Formats: sequence, C-alpha cells, structure tokens
Amino acid sequence: MKPHDLTDLAFRNLRESILRNVLTTLGVAVGVASFVAIISIGVGLQQLASRRLSESGLFDTIFVTPKTNFRGMNRPRPEPGTDVPPRPLDEDARKEFEKLPNVLEVYPQIRFFTEVRFNNKPFGTVVAGMPDSSRNSGAFDGMQGRFFASASANEAILQIEFAKELSDKPASLIGQDLVLRYAERQPLPASTSGSGASADSAGASGGFSIVPRELHLKIVGVVETEPATGYGGYGNARLLIPLDTASALRAAQVNDLRDIVSDTPSNKTTYGSLSVRAKSPSLVQPIEDAIKKMGFRAFSLFDASKSLRIFFTVFDLLVGIFGSLALAIATLGIVNTLVMAILERRREIGVLKALGASDADVQQLFFVEAGVIGLFGGIIGVVFGWLFARAITFGTNAYLLRQNLNPIQLTSVPWLLALAALLLAVVVSLAAGLYPASRAAKLNPVDALRYE
Amino acid sequence: MPTSDPAIQLDHVSRHYAMGETSVRAVNEVSLTVAANEFLALLGTSGSGKSTLLNLIAGLDRPTSGSIHAFGRNIASLSSLALARYRCNTIGMIFQSFNLLPRMTLEENLELPLRLAEVDRSERPARVREALERVRLTHRLGHRPTELSGGEQQRVAIARALVNRPKILLADEPTGNLDSATGEAILTLLRELQSQLGMTIVMVTHERPLAEDFADRLATLGDGKLLSTAPAKGIPQ
Repeated sequence: MKPHDLTDLAFRNLRESILRNVLTTLGVAVGVASFVAIISIGVGLQQLASRRLSESGLFDTIFVTPKTNFRGMNRPRPEPGTDVPPRPLDEDARKEFEKLPNVLEVYPQIRFFTEVRFNNKPFGTVVAGMPDSSRNSGAFDGMQGRFFASASANEAILQIEFAKELSDKPASLIGQDLVLRYAERQPLPASTSGSGASADSAGASGGFSIVPRELHLKIVGVVETEPATGYGGYGNARLLIPLDTASALRAAQVNDLRDIVSDTPSNKTTYGSLSVRAKSPSLVQPIEDAIKKMGFRAFSLFDASKSLRIFFTVFDLLVGIFGSLALAIATLGIVNTLVMAILERRREIGVLKALGASDADVQQLFFVEAGVIGLFGGIIGVVFGWLFARAITFGTNAYLLRQNLNPIQLTSVPWLLALAALLLAVVVSLAAGLYPASRAAKLNPVDALRYE
Repeated sequence: MPTSDPAIQLDHVSRHYAMGETSVRAVNEVSLTVAANEFLALLGTSGSGKSTLLNLIAGLDRPTSGSIHAFGRNIASLSSLALARYRCNTIGMIFQSFNLLPRMTLEENLELPLRLAEVDRSERPARVREALERVRLTHRLGHRPTELSGGEQQRVAIARALVNRPKILLADEPTGNLDSATGEAILTLLRELQSQLGMTIVMVTHERPLAEDFADRLATLGDGKLLSTAPAKGIPQ
C-alpha cells in the first residue's frame, strides 16, 4: 500500500474508536508532559548555573601572560614540546588577540593594593578595573545603586564587606565621595619614548619613579560579590572602578618591578597580563590554542566548565529516567489499545487479506496507528509539559518573591528538548506497536474470516 | 481436457489440519481442472471440504501437499507477498456474509482493493463507478452497507470483487444469506458479468438446483474427496 493510503486508513481506524484512542493518546501526552516538565527543571537549573558562570567571566575568559613571566602558585607549567619563542605582551599582541575569531574583547588586568580614605580614615584594599562588559555579568544584578555611568567615570562600586567596614549602613554610602591614594609610575626623564597615555608602560630602557597621587571617587553602588574579570589577581578586589579610569591612573603594579629587570627589548607598551574574552565558553579552547602558538602563556577554566557540563548531563540523564516512567506506563496503554483493536478488527483484517493485503500491509497499518497516537500524544504532551514547566517557574517565583528573593528562570524547554520529547513519544509508540502489529500481520485470514 | 490453458489446475491437493493427536483431512488428494471462462460449482454437505478447497484456490491457505496452478503459475510455492499480490490482482472473492466493512461507505469499500493494488488515486473514482454500474448501484455510492438490503450488499460485494478486474471470481455460498428470488438474481448477475468480462467463476454452494441452473459444471465433494464432476444443465450461452 502507498504511504498516503496507509495513513488514510490508519486515521480512519483511529477515528472509529475515538474515545479509546483519545484516552490512549492522552495517556501518552501525560507521559510526555511529565517527561518534558521534569527535564525542563534540569535544563533550567543547568542554564541558570552556566549563565551565572559565563556572566561571571570565569569560563569565557583566557588569561594571557608573557612566557617570560615568573611562575606563581597557580600558574601551569609551560607544556613540553611547545618551543614557540616567547614574545612580549605588548600593544601589537593585544591587537592580534582582538583579531582572532570569536574574541569579544581584550583588556588588561589592573589590580593593585592601595589605601582608601573615607571620612579621613585610612582603609587598605585591593582596587580592580572593571571592563564595561562586566555590566552584564550576573554579579551586578542585585546591586544597590547603579553601574558606572561611563567607562572613564570617576566612580566606584564597593564590595559589600568593604562597604560595611566604611559604614554600618552600606546603602547610605551611595552618593558619597572617597579618596583613592595610589602610587603613580612616572617614567624617568631619560626614556621618553613609548610612554604614551597607555597604562602599564614601563618605559623602554630606563626605569620609573613612583609618585603618590590621590583621586576623588564618587560611590555609585554596592555589590554583593566581586565579579571575576580574570585570574591572577591579588585576592578579591573590594573597590571597583571603571577600567579606563584605572588605566589612566598608571598605578604601579607588582609586575612592573619584574618588567624593569627583565630587559624587554620592546619599546612599546607592555602588559603584565591580558584577559581575552571569548563569545562563549565553548569557543575558549581554539582561542587559547591560537594564543599559545603565538608565544604566550594562556590558560582558562574551560576544563572546569567541561566537568560542570558532564555533571549536568548525568543529572539530566537521571532526571530523564524518572521522567520516562510515566511514558513507560503510557506505552502499556498503547499496547493494550492496539491488542484490543486486533480483537475487534479481526474480521476486518481477514477481509483485508482476502482482498490482497500482504502481511506487511497489515503490520504497517497498525504501526502507523501506533505512530499517530505517539505523534499526537507527543505534540499535546510537549505543549502541556511546557505549560507545566511555566507553572513550576511561576509558582517558584511567587514563593521566592514572598521570601524577598529575586525571581529565577527555574525551568526551560528548549526546542531541542521539545523535539526530542516528540521523537521519543513516536519511537516509544512505534516500539509499543511492534507486538500488536506483528500479531495482526500473522493472523490467519481463514480463521479471521470465520470469526464472528 | 480443454485445449486452451486451464484457469485453475489442482493436482493431488491435500490440506490436513492437526487436531490434537489426530490429523483431519479437510481436502484429500483432489485433482481438478477448471477451464478459462468456466463457471464451476463446488457442491457438498457441510464439512465436505468445499470451502477449504476454495480458500486454497484463493491463496488464503496453503495445501499440505499437491500443487495448485492458476493460469500456469503454481501458487502453492509462492511467497507470502507474491500470494498477496495474486489475491489482489488475479482473484476476486465474495462471501456468504458479504464481508463489507460496515464503517465505510460503498465507495470506500470499493476503493479498498484499489488501495491495496496501488492503483493511481486519480483513476480510482472511475473504477469504483464502473464497478458499481455493473451491479446497478451507482446511486448508493455514499451509503453504508447497513443501509442496504442483503441482495444489494451482495451486489456491492460483487462490485468490490470486480473492481481490480480479476480473472478468477471465487464465491463462497453467495446466496446463503439471501431469499431464493434474490439468490437467483445474484447468480443471474454473476452469469451476466462472466459473459461480459470473461471470467472464470468457482462457486461453493450447497444448493444443487441453483448450481444446476447457473453453473457450467458441478463438482461434488464428500469427506474432502472429489466424488464426481458432471456438466450442469447450464443456461444457453
């Protein structure tokens, strides 16, 4: 029989026992819906976690240092066999990184320990320059006050613990001024070249002098956690200022001393380290490899994000197994319905065979009927599952709001999940139709025609 | 023996059923030849094996031994799929209880064999109409079988059997559920169609007088064996 005749007859047969087939289809739908809803929680949690992590900049950032750099505690040893000659981490290198595919931005790490004066009292803290892109990082989501007005504003955001040191009421600090005292590098007069407006210029061949400076900053916000802008800092920064503002300070950093003795042959601006942000964590690896080939040391937390993904895959699998239980019960419903249909349509099967239907025709007819039940059950199930997932998120958020917590997207039904659930429903239904279909096909036409 | 190629040739055909320990010989060593365009009536009492023999010719059942040739092809050795094709294209069948599908209209019932024979969709309405015209029921196209009288239902069954233009028409007690006048009308119709279309007809019946009137030849079975064959009175052709 041709496919359209098969589906035609299958639909007609399904319509004949409409109540039973609708109930069976609903059984499949309930199974699929519970499957989708349960998986959606797994996916939602995963997305929640990975979004937070990727926004934090931990997993999409490659931390680049020159190969000549000394090895710190958490720096990996250079891989053996990579004998690319080391290169200075200068402006040229920065521009090359920016040109690499899938690179979002490249920015220097500016972190230094210094003193802050507030109400004429000194406080020691680490200052960090924040790139403008960190505005979108999850860490600033629930902040008090606001993010920097511009990339070069003389504004500061305080980490909450630091704010508590400054005042008992951290929120009251917003709008107030504080004074940042820092050590500015000034190139020695002997070397004038290469000491442009740029940040970490250590001069070419000469050294630099250090001059104490002050900068008035306006506190615009208080943030709960420090957003990570890379690694290799000196502990958590507790005073955040815009990156351009930080660069303009030309504050002395730890690696300046190393640069002065390393006798870098370049007379260009060099950086102690650069953070290269990829468009997504999955794109980190090729960029990291490319940078290594250029002759720099680069590392990322990509491996950590990989193990996170493995965790969630296993989590989804377990959740999926529980979600499939309802679907398994629905499968039995399909088997039952189709076996009943064989008993009911015994004579009809006999007539079909007498008229020239082959065993395969009869088998396919039952198979298509099972598939149609699966398809419709799947479609209804996906829709209900999606609604159910929405309801879970809605209910959770209503509860969170009552607890004065920020709402979250607890569940997520991506297209892939909807499609997979639909496919699963059809495949499972076809599998359920396997036994009834082969039983119907094997029916002896002579016996079937005699059956009343 | 007819000089032309016979339509059906049975050669020592047996069909045995296992009933527990014993074996029932429903058809026992039957050899019979049906010529092309012949109308043969298979007569016999209940359990004489005539329906079993008809099912064997129809390809719905396989013989335990012996060969069945239909237009030179041994159907006993055909694969299950080839046998289905044979039923679809060579055989038309009508039954005592009509066996129309009650949920379908006449049109849909008649379309079923065309679907199985994979006849092109565009061709089907004309074929259905043509078959219904032959049994003079075109006006009932959209009706369901239950809305028809017994005689009309059997005419629809004949139309369904004819829709794929078979060479052999097999009828299993076609008048068994009909009153005598209607039964006669059905057989008249069969005879008429046979002369129009040139078909071979094998009819199982236990009504000897009807068979005498309409068939060319009578074959009588008893206990699975062919007891006799004799020419019927026949109707002048």
